[in-house]
Amino acid sequence: MKAYRGRPSIFSDELQKEKAAELEVVNLTLNFGGVMALSNINMSVKTGELFAVIGPNGAGKTSLLNCITGYYRPQKGKIYFNGEDITNVATHDLIKCGIGRTFQNIELFPGMTVLSNMLLARHIHCRYGFGPAALFAPSVKNEEVRHRRILEELIDFLEIQPIRNQLVGSLPYGLRKRVELGRALALEPKILILDEPFAGMTLEEKEDMVRFLIELNEGWGQTMVLVEHDMSIVMAISKRIMVLNFGEKLAEGNPEEIQNDPEVTRAYLGDDTTL
Amino acid sequence: MRKLWFHPCGNFSNRYEQEITIFETDFGRAAALLGMVVLFTLVPFMTGPYVLYVINIIGITSIAAIGLNILVGFTGQISLGHGAFVGVGAYAAAIMATSLSFPFWIAVPVAGLVTALVGMVFGMPSVRLKGLYLTIATLAGQFIIEYILVHWESLTRGTMGIILPSASILGITIEGDRSFFFVIFISLIAMTYIASNIMRTRYGRAFIAIRDNDRAAEGMGIPIFRYKLLAFGVSSFYAGVAGALLAFYLISISTEPFNLGLSVEYLAMVIIGGMGNIAGSVFGATFITVLNEVLRWLTDFLMNAGILEGFQLNVAPLRELVFGAAIVLFILFEPRGLAEVWRIIRSSFRLWPFSY
Ligand SMILES: Nc1ncnc2c1ncn2[C@@H]1O[C@H](COP(=O)(O)OP(=O)(O)OP(=O)(O)O)[C@@H](O)[C@H]1O
Ligand SMILES: [Mg+2]
Repeated sequence: MKAYRGRPSIFSDELQKEKAAELEVVNLTLNFGGVMALSNINMSVKTGELFAVIGPNGAGKTSLLNCITGYYRPQKGKIYFNGEDITNVATHDLIKCGIGRTFQNIELFPGMTVLSNMLLARHIHCRYGFGPAALFAPSVKNEEVRHRRILEELIDFLEIQPIRNQLVGSLPYGLRKRVELGRALALEPKILILDEPFAGMTLEEKEDMVRFLIELNEGWGQTMVLVEHDMSIVMAISKRIMVLNFGEKLAEGNPEEIQNDPEVTRAYLGDDTTL
Repeated sequence: MRKLWFHPCGNFSNRYEQEITIFETDFGRAAALLGMVVLFTLVPFMTGPYVLYVINIIGITSIAAIGLNILVGFTGQISLGHGAFVGVGAYAAAIMATSLSFPFWIAVPVAGLVTALVGMVFGMPSVRLKGLYLTIATLAGQFIIEYILVHWESLTRGTMGIILPSASILGITIEGDRSFFFVIFISLIAMTYIASNIMRTRYGRAFIAIRDNDRAAEGMGIPIFRYKLLAFGVSSFYAGVAGALLAFYLISISTEPFNLGLSVEYLAMVIIGGMGNIAGSVFGATFITVLNEVLRWLTDFLMNAGILEGFQLNVAPLRELVFGAAIVLFILFEPRGLAEVWRIIRSSFRLWPFSY
C-alpha cells in the first residue's frame, strides 16, 4: 500500500471553502434545579477561528458545549449556526449540520477497533439506502471502499497506522484522545468542538496534539472551539478566548488581553481581597 | 485470475475490498460452497422423514433466530416477544392463503412485511425504555398478541386454528418434507446473506453502536430511535417469514405454540449460539431444536420403560431444567456461545499440522 503524505482529501481547499461555520450563542441560560450552570452567555465564533473557552472546574464549559451539541436544552437563550436556529435541534441532526465534537470523558466504543470507531463517523456520509445495503449492491461496495480510503488518509495524518486494528479499550489514554479526534474529523465537521483534548496526556502526546490542531486550524482553516485547562497551550494556539466562572462570562479577548485581565487572574488564583 | 487466498499464518489484507468480504479467504468461500452442495444433493435424499422433518424445523427456526439476534445480539434490545411475532407471521400467511387466496410465494414475503410493521409498533416503547424495562414492555407485547390471536375469532378462528391450502411456486406444488427442504433452506441461505450484508454496511454498524454506547452513537449522527425501530422491523420480518414458512409446512396452525415459552426458547438460541453472531444463531437453533427432540425421546423412553414409576418422578419439568442449565452453563463458561467454540476449533486447524 502506498504510504500517504500530506493533507487528507476531505480537508482539501475546495471542500474547506464550503465549510462556513458561524456560531452565535445569545443569552444562553441553563440551570440544574437551582445550580446555575450558565447564565446569560453570549458568544460568537467566526469561520476559520480557533476559539477557546477556559475557566476553573465547574465553570460551565462542558455544559456550554453540551448545549451547542444538543445534549442539554437551555432554559433561555438561542443558538444559531450559519444563521439557522439550532437551539432545539436533536444531536444527530446537528452532526449533519456540521457540528462535530469530542468528549471530556472520551465516548469511544471500547469494544471496537480504531478503524470501526472511525467508520461509524462516516455514517452520515454513506450514500446508499437500505435496499441496496441488504443486497450489497456494487455501488454499496464502492462506497464502503471510498470511506475506507478516506479513513486511511486520516489515520496517516494522525500517525496511528500501527493501532488501526487494535481495540480501543486496550489503548493508553493519550492515544484514545487522538483516536477520538480522528473520529470527530471523519465526521467532516464545519465546526470542531473539543472538550479538554489534552487532559491526561504526556508532554510528547501534547506536542503531537498541538501539531495536529495547528495544522488543522492554521493550515487548513478548520473552525474550532477548544475547552482546555492547560493555559500554555491555550495561550499559544487560540485566536480568541472566553473565560467562564460559576456559569458567568468573565472576560473575552485575545490571549494577551486575557493574560493581563485582573478579573481572570483573581478567578484563577482566588479572590485575595477576602483573605 | 487473482491469487487465491488459503489460510496464511495470519490474516493480511492488502486491498480494502478484502476487508469487507463475508468470507475471509477463498478457502472459506469454497468450504461454504461445498457445504451447500452437500446440503442440497445429499441431505434430502439420504435422510428418513423424521430426520428431514427435524432438519426442516431447524431451518425455519434458524431464520427466526437470526432475526432475534439482529435485535438482541447486534442492537442490544432484549425482546421477549419474538415467539408472538413468529405467530403473527404464521397467522398473516394463513389468513392471506385462505381468505385472500394469495399464492405461497407472495404470502410469505407479505407476511414478513406485516410482521415487520407489527414489530415496529411493539418496538415503539424503545423510544423511552431501555434494558430491563424495555424487555418487560416486549413481554407485554407477547401477551397482547397472544390475546388478540386467541380472541379475534372472526379473523383468526380463535382456538380452532386454520388449515392452509398446499403451497405452490410457478405451478409446482410444494408438498412433503423433501420439497419443503429446498424451499426452507434456499430461504435460509438468502436470509443469512441479507443479514450479513446489513451487518457490514452502515445499518449494521449503527445497530452495534447503539448497543455499545447510545450517547456516542447519537454523536455520530445516528438517529437512535429510528434505528431501534428499524432493528425491530428487520427482526420481526425474519420472524414473520419463519412463521409463514412454518404455517405452510405444518399445514395447520393454532395459537398454542406461539407462547412465552417459545420466546424464551428463541432467546436461549441467541445466547447459546452467540450474541451478535449470525452463524451463531443457526448453531443455537440447531442446538435447541435437537435438544428438544432428544428430551422428548428421552422422557418417552423413560416413561415406557417404567423406570420412573418407582421414583414417583414427574418428567415434564425435565425439559425446562435442562434448558435452564444449558443457558446458565453457556453464560458461565462460553458467553460468546457456540459460534466462539466453532471459531476456536477452526483456528486450531488453521496451521495444522504445525499448530501449537
Ligand atoms: N447533568 C448535570 N446535572 C446536574 N448538574 C450538572 C450537570 N452537568 C453539569 N452540572 C453542574 O453544572 C456546573 C458546571 O459543570 P460543567 O461540567 O459544565 O463544568 P466544567 O467547566 O466543564 O468543569 P470541568 O473543568 O471540571 O470539566 C457544575 O456545578 C456541575 O455540577
Ligand atoms: Mg468539563
